[in-house]
Amino acid sequence: MSATLTSPPMAPQPPVEERKHYLNATHGLASWLLTLDHKRIGMLYLIGITIAFILGGFAASMVRMELMTPQGDLMSAENYNKAFTTHGVLMVFFVLIPAIPATLGNFLIPIMCGAKDVAFPRLNLMSWYLFVIGGLMTLTAVVVRGVDTGWTFYTPYSSTYSNGAVMTAALGIFINGFSSILTGVNFIVTIHKMRAPGLTWFKLPLFLWALYATSVIQVLGTPVVAITIVLIGLERTLQFGFFDPKLGGDPVLMQHMFWFYSHPAVYIMILPPLGVISELVAAFCRKRVFGYHFVAMSSVSIAIISFVVWGHHMFTSGQSVYAGLVFSVITFFVAVPSAIKVFNWMATMYKASISLETPMLYCFGFIGLFTIGGLTGLYLSSIGVDIHLHDTYFVVAHFHYIMVGGAIMGLMGGLHYWWPKMTGRLYNEFWSKISAGLIFAGFNFTFFPQFILGWVGMPRRYHAYPEELQVLNVFSTAGASILAIGYAMPIIYFIYSLGKGAPSPPNPWGAKGLEWDIPSPPPVENFDEPPVITEPYDYNPKAVGGH
Amino acid sequence: MASHTTDLEAGQEHAHPPGLAHQFEDLDQQLDATSFGMWLFLVNEIMFFGGLFAGYALYRSQMPAGFEAASNHLDIFLGGFNTVVLIGSSLTMALGVRSAQLGRNIWVRNWLIATLFLGLVFLGVKVIEYSAKYRDHLIPGANFQWPDPALAQGAQMFYVFYFAMTGMHALHMVVGAGLLLYFIRQAQQGRYHAHYFGPIENMGLYWHFVDIVWIFLFPLLYLLGLAFHGGGGH
Amino acid sequence: MARQSHAPAHPVTPVGMYIGVFLTLMVLTLVTVVAAKFDLGALNTPIALGIAGTKATVVVLFFMELRHARLLTKLAAVVGIAWLAILLIFLFSDYGSRSWIPTSPTWVSPLFK
Repeated sequence: MSATLTSPPMAPQPPVEERKHYLNATHGLASWLLTLDHKRIGMLYLIGITIAFILGGFAASMVRMELMTPQGDLMSAENYNKAFTTHGVLMVFFVLIPAIPATLGNFLIPIMCGAKDVAFPRLNLMSWYLFVIGGLMTLTAVVVRGVDTGWTFYTPYSSTYSNGAVMTAALGIFINGFSSILTGVNFIVTIHKMRAPGLTWFKLPLFLWALYATSVIQVLGTPVVAITIVLIGLERTLQFGFFDPKLGGDPVLMQHMFWFYSHPAVYIMILPPLGVISELVAAFCRKRVFGYHFVAMSSVSIAIISFVVWGHHMFTSGQSVYAGLVFSVITFFVAVPSAIKVFNWMATMYKASISLETPMLYCFGFIGLFTIGGLTGLYLSSIGVDIHLHDTYFVVAHFHYIMVGGAIMGLMGGLHYWWPKMTGRLYNEFWSKISAGLIFAGFNFTFFPQFILGWVGMPRRYHAYPEELQVLNVFSTAGASILAIGYAMPIIYFIYSLGKGAPSPPNPWGAKGLEWDIPSPPPVENFDEPPVITEPYDYNPKAVGGH
Repeated sequence: MASHTTDLEAGQEHAHPPGLAHQFEDLDQQLDATSFGMWLFLVNEIMFFGGLFAGYALYRSQMPAGFEAASNHLDIFLGGFNTVVLIGSSLTMALGVRSAQLGRNIWVRNWLIATLFLGLVFLGVKVIEYSAKYRDHLIPGANFQWPDPALAQGAQMFYVFYFAMTGMHALHMVVGAGLLLYFIRQAQQGRYHAHYFGPIENMGLYWHFVDIVWIFLFPLLYLLGLAFHGGGGH
Repeated sequence: MARQSHAPAHPVTPVGMYIGVFLTLMVLTLVTVVAAKFDLGALNTPIALGIAGTKATVVVLFFMELRHARLLTKLAAVVGIAWLAILLIFLFSDYGSRSWIPTSPTWVSPLFK
């Protein structure tokens, strides 16, 4: 890794004295594996997350290949369960939850605060090691013996009856959870205590508001799933029957404790991309985000409301109908702050000078697909409708619209926007636009049919289905192949850019923000001179489109 | 060249107070940030133990008789003794923090040693209690035995939570004991003074939190059935 | 760059105060044991929790010095407790209301026994 990054930029740059920056300041594997530099830690996470994404995508391809035919013929039912469990566990815990906070967040938060580093750099490095160790444990579990419980590992199957490597996977997820908690603590303290003088809360970029809200959720929610995992582990290994009806226990209690975290967790997954989109909209419309205060507060309200809606995952579980009604009503409310963001972005784009570089393409994709995903969530939050849609492909389509059409597109947009800053290299804009188009097309072909499939009753997590549903399933699998190509391309052109990409100027997009006032890649301590604090998105409306 | 400490130190030597980490502007900011970070970690711990308390509360409300009968098997004297010991260790910990604030490293060391000693006493009593439970077939699982079949379900569930909650608490105490050993050595080396005592203060926060968990565990686990069957140990 | 900081941020608590706190906690421990010996029916639990809560508050305010802490720290502590309350309240509202639509004519939620 260090060998490619420390070689001087290629011609046609005239030979200059090589500037010192965070990538070339020190050399060797140890300088990366023992780094305390938040920027390097962000890049280390990026590698881990990319690997997890590839492996999770491979598991998804197994699922989609099985579903090409109505019979369960490609693999046994147990192996199919292992495939979708692997896909879910890797994607949820090792991609979506850490992705933006640990990569872009780690890289940008100190810079956007005008600080030298996060509050606790050693804790930051430890978070990465916990992520890696947890990931390796989970991988061992899914590869060596497989886990077939679904990523939701409900009891009593996970605690008593499953023959998979549940304990190892659970331990890996538990360890990874601590990575998440410590990152959350680090970010909250950094944003509260390490802002440069003059940088008040309402001068912060909206990306930081989103990451702050995310971090609050991480600290408050993750410990509950952590204890849930401990209890399942104790039940499985020591027969401590917390959820065992033979002892008077209730499996639904496990679901309550699980979803108390896992619902806010989906907001951990979507809030950072929502923050990224605010940044992209501002940059590529050359305009301050409309309703900045509303957008900032919407991130905080989403974080708070997200904790009181978890029962909408349990409408059919035997939970009390009255509790279900309360959860249903509050779930409608959580859509409001999300909608506030979308409307404010629309207002920002109105009469703005929009330029259609790749990050902005991902923006448009995000806004459309996230809106569809969010609206279909309202169907599911209606308790009566959910009786029919629960555990069908409608749910699968809904959350993939949010997680892939939303969160992953936000990640892609953010990576394309900040890549020149993080690496000092420009990628190929032609191929990036092509891959954005392929991802958008592939995504819709894959997941739109699943709304229909769910609506007519195809259950999720089944490896066989009625013959009449095959056409839509084949459509979906075909779309998945296009999606896979679309995702493979950035991996290729990003890595290519590291060696052969044109060197990036400090501000290739002409955007406003503290990160664009420093060189690309940034110096080790971020700011050679004290940062100049201005209003956020301080675009001069008279200087349209220039940079 | 490869560096085993922060790579930011390469070539940067500016005079700064001992104990100041490079990312902070001054010791005040460092104390402020590290203290806040510790409190946030404790918030996470509240939710971690809270999940256990929630499960306990739920099942207790559903199986009160079994829980009360099971609780009566716990030795109130040992439980009460441990409560006194642990609160005493919080006192010695607080005095240790105070000594650090005054820059008296020898007394920091002494008070932390006292805290460690009391913590180990606590853990020793727990070993006694757990062995008694093992002898009496009260470990949940295949070997669990309860004389009254009507209450067996509730009793076993009580012991499931008893072991999970006190076990998790004891685990936190073991971690705390390990940390105390580290800080005793640091104090022995004279690391703390009036402007740098954050690590001891944060250690104190952790230790007091573990004490607070026990303050709730004691009545919920040991005193539950006292009114109904006279209590006492077996 | 680094500046030498000046006076400590908060005053040092006198030893007597800590000992007083310890004695208070001892008294409250005694009270909770004694109170538990009396059968007060449904009141036993709230009393026990109330005493425990008082002890915990004393530890937090005096041993953990939250009374001297910044407003933000106090807010964090309050949020932690509030979030646990959210978990408990919604959990109990589920189990408590399950019997409102009974699953069988004879089943009644144990919470209402």
